[in-house]
Amino acid sequence: MVTFTVNGETREFAGDPTTPVLWYLRDELNLTGPKFGCGMAQCGACTVHIDGMAQRSCVLPLSAVAGKAITTIEGLSADGDHPVQQAWVEHKVPQCGFCQCGQMMQAASLLSSNPNPSDEEIVQNMSGNICRCGTYPRIHKAIKSAAKSMTVSTSGKSGVNYFTPDTLGEEA
Amino acid sequence: MSQYFDMNRRRFLKTSAAAGALVMGTYFMGAASRVLAGVLAQPANDTRQANLFVALRPDGVVEVTCHRSEMGQQIRTAIAQIVADEMEADWNMVKVIQGKGDPKYGDQNTDGSRSIRYNMQRLREMGASVRYMMQHAAAARWGVAPDTCSAVQHKVTHTSGKTLSYKELVADALTFTPPVSEEIPLKDKSEWRYINTGMAHIDLHDIVTGKATFAADVRTPSALVAVILRPPVVGGTIKNVDSAAAKAIKGVIDVVEIPAPKGALQFQPKGGVAVIANNTWAAWQGRKALKVEWNDGANGSYNSDAFKQQLLDTVNSPQSHVREKGNALARLNNADDKLMADYYVPHLAQAPMEPPCATALFSNGAVEVWAATQNPQADMGTVAAMLGIEQDKVTVNVTLLGGGFGRKSKPDFSAEAAYLSMKTGQAIRVQWTREDDIQHGFYHAVSAQHIEATLDENGAIDAYLHRTAFSPIAGLFQPGANAPMSGELRLGFTDNPINTPNLKLEVGNAEAKVRVGWMRSVSNIFHAFAIQSFIAEAAHKAGEDQKDYLLKTIGPDRIVDVTEQGAEYDNYGADKADYPLDIGRLRHVIEKVSAMAKWGRTLPKGRGLGIAAHRSFLTYVATVVEVEVSEQGDLNIIKAWSAIDAGTVVNTDTVKNQVQGGSIFGLTAALSDGITFDNGRAQQSNFHNYRVPRMSDAPLEVDVEVIDSDAPPAGVGEPATPVFAPALCNAIFAACGKRIRQLPIGDQLKA
Repeated sequence: MVTFTVNGETREFAGDPTTPVLWYLRDELNLTGPKFGCGMAQCGACTVHIDGMAQRSCVLPLSAVAGKAITTIEGLSADGDHPVQQAWVEHKVPQCGFCQCGQMMQAASLLSSNPNPSDEEIVQNMSGNICRCGTYPRIHKAIKSAAKSMTVSTSGKSGVNYFTPDTLGEEA
Repeated sequence: MSQYFDMNRRRFLKTSAAAGALVMGTYFMGAASRVLAGVLAQPANDTRQANLFVALRPDGVVEVTCHRSEMGQQIRTAIAQIVADEMEADWNMVKVIQGKGDPKYGDQNTDGSRSIRYNMQRLREMGASVRYMMQHAAAARWGVAPDTCSAVQHKVTHTSGKTLSYKELVADALTFTPPVSEEIPLKDKSEWRYINTGMAHIDLHDIVTGKATFAADVRTPSALVAVILRPPVVGGTIKNVDSAAAKAIKGVIDVVEIPAPKGALQFQPKGGVAVIANNTWAAWQGRKALKVEWNDGANGSYNSDAFKQQLLDTVNSPQSHVREKGNALARLNNADDKLMADYYVPHLAQAPMEPPCATALFSNGAVEVWAATQNPQADMGTVAAMLGIEQDKVTVNVTLLGGGFGRKSKPDFSAEAAYLSMKTGQAIRVQWTREDDIQHGFYHAVSAQHIEATLDENGAIDAYLHRTAFSPIAGLFQPGANAPMSGELRLGFTDNPINTPNLKLEVGNAEAKVRVGWMRSVSNIFHAFAIQSFIAEAAHKAGEDQKDYLLKTIGPDRIVDVTEQGAEYDNYGADKADYPLDIGRLRHVIEKVSAMAKWGRTLPKGRGLGIAAHRSFLTYVATVVEVEVSEQGDLNIIKAWSAIDAGTVVNTDTVKNQVQGGSIFGLTAALSDGITFDNGRAQQSNFHNYRVPRMSDAPLEVDVEVIDSDAPPAGVGEPATPVFAPALCNAIFAACGKRIRQLPIGDQLKA
């Protein structure tokens, strides 16, 4: 039995503890904001926050989140009013939109630890998130806008915390 | 015309479920579309099923049906903008309904950058006919002349000042005979309030809050999940299956074989073995536990290195010509100084961020499908053929697409889901993994080209010979086809804009050993790469500025008709009177983008500007790229500029976004190692070894200028893609003197 919270609600999971958080969120809780794009932490479409830090939920087993707080895009704000979401609207960032929940979760995590990232820091922190529509120029601008509108304390952490899996997706 | 209207009105009344609402649709006769208005006397029950294009509901809400697939090009918004503008609807009263697959809509194949081109006129007429009905209904209610009433923003106002809302007029309008299309006044461009603006798209809020529904997000019906092990080689079949270990995985419910395709591959599934489970992870684990041996078949010997050499050999020997002017061969054979170049671009995968996915529920001889498809009518045909049922027993619901780029024009995944649902009696969601997407795709054609030319005493191209050979899409439809369809050649090859007295274009044969399919801008990618690179090479040989030489090479403002030089050319299916190949417009985008990029400015050492221009999908794009190449050969793309002339555009911001994104998509060809094959098997599997552009690869600024034009609407989704790689490689040459003729760039700058 693994116990954790999802968007503030306590949850228990008694199934296969190697199940990635992504499939638990999607298949069990019907939280479909986190997307499946690669299954090996290569694209970032599945990004959620674990205790406030961006992580790739497609390779993160449920056994690793015991006692932790999971936040998905559905829990990032009440109605899309997180500064990152507002900046995404302001800059009309999305095209197809599929990767954008992961992009926004990544950006929100970056800004929570580094409220005023440089151009290069944004690139470094966002290059793990792929957008095949090619909205990178707008994502970059939106993050700068969001940074301006946010007043948050720094924690000194970097923007992403990778879980290093024993196996890499289907490659293993 | 009225007879035509009446004849079809009956059919419309029978099929429409939009009782009580004022519904406008169209009917096709040949290529012409006409407005058809339906008037129903029965009270409303469920207008949400409105199945034509626009319905004004009794509560005043306007339902606009989008029959094209949404994959990021904001077609749902654009269609609503057009209809709402002409009908003078209040934007807050507009809802967009996604149309199911249905031949009554006409073409639904959302590729070829043609949704607006095909539909703008009839959508305008439909919107305007509602406005006309509102105006006339109000006039009748008041007993005044219609021309004393104006319908603006959901209400009609009489010159006396009295008003009636659209909602109050719905019932009255139902008693009116709608106008025929010739009598419907359309707005002047100056009166547009939504069209030709950059208004935000309607799905934006759903997307940023995670509520947008893509294929894998469909939760009704509640479905079992299938993950499929497919034969690694196209045409391969199952030798034997051991599913015991798979079935032992907790959550796995069934293992079902899917038959190999019969006859021409078309969009049929590859076949294989499906593991069906009550959740995705169990299905995935079950697939890993499957033990399957395959018969590879004839394509098991495919090796892309050997095929590359075969293509290069082909384009270096005479082939059959498809367009000729003057006598290029005689000039070239007698020349002692000619410029010669071979270009190569590998197979690529579209790799949309959403891997293919579809849910199907079969019951009582009929099947309903929910799919991320670019062409729901192709799903209907492919599913019906696979299941052995009639097409009208197949219902296809179109979800949002997490990118398409041509991959989702091929509905093999829908047929897999439908087949598995038929076999199991359960609702089934087929989830492709990224490995499936990379290894079982419909790949961009691999290509080689040879160009040679002589220059005259002024440095201009005097004779030009261009040969192309690539694995044709034709192979999908005709087993063993070894020549491209003319539809593949018209994409940047037969419509080469070079102005030279002696020109010969030749096409070599090659047979596709894998499934080859459309990828955003299709063969324009490699044709524009070769032509635009070669022009820059010729500029260098002539000692002239790249941009000036490009303008000189395409020649003066004029209309070019390549059929006068013996070419078969269908002009993207458009009338050449409306959409001529207009060199003046191509020159204009080149001049515009040069000004934007401040072409000719002095750059620091290691930096360079490159330019490329190309007409595709009837749209003209020129792009300038600025790069820096370090002493160590590291490439940094600093910035890009594009000018696009797509004729009349509906959403100016969408056009900019598409050009920005289309440019970065075009970067894929330059960066990615492509998809290579050995023993018929794809050598790449996921984003760690199939590289696609990331933010660190992309320019952070792509400035776009949309040329204001009254020309008819042309394509937007694809035309920015083909120019990017040649503009980039021309910039690299300007920066460091290294000429890239073979893509990807790889480590060529390190040497």
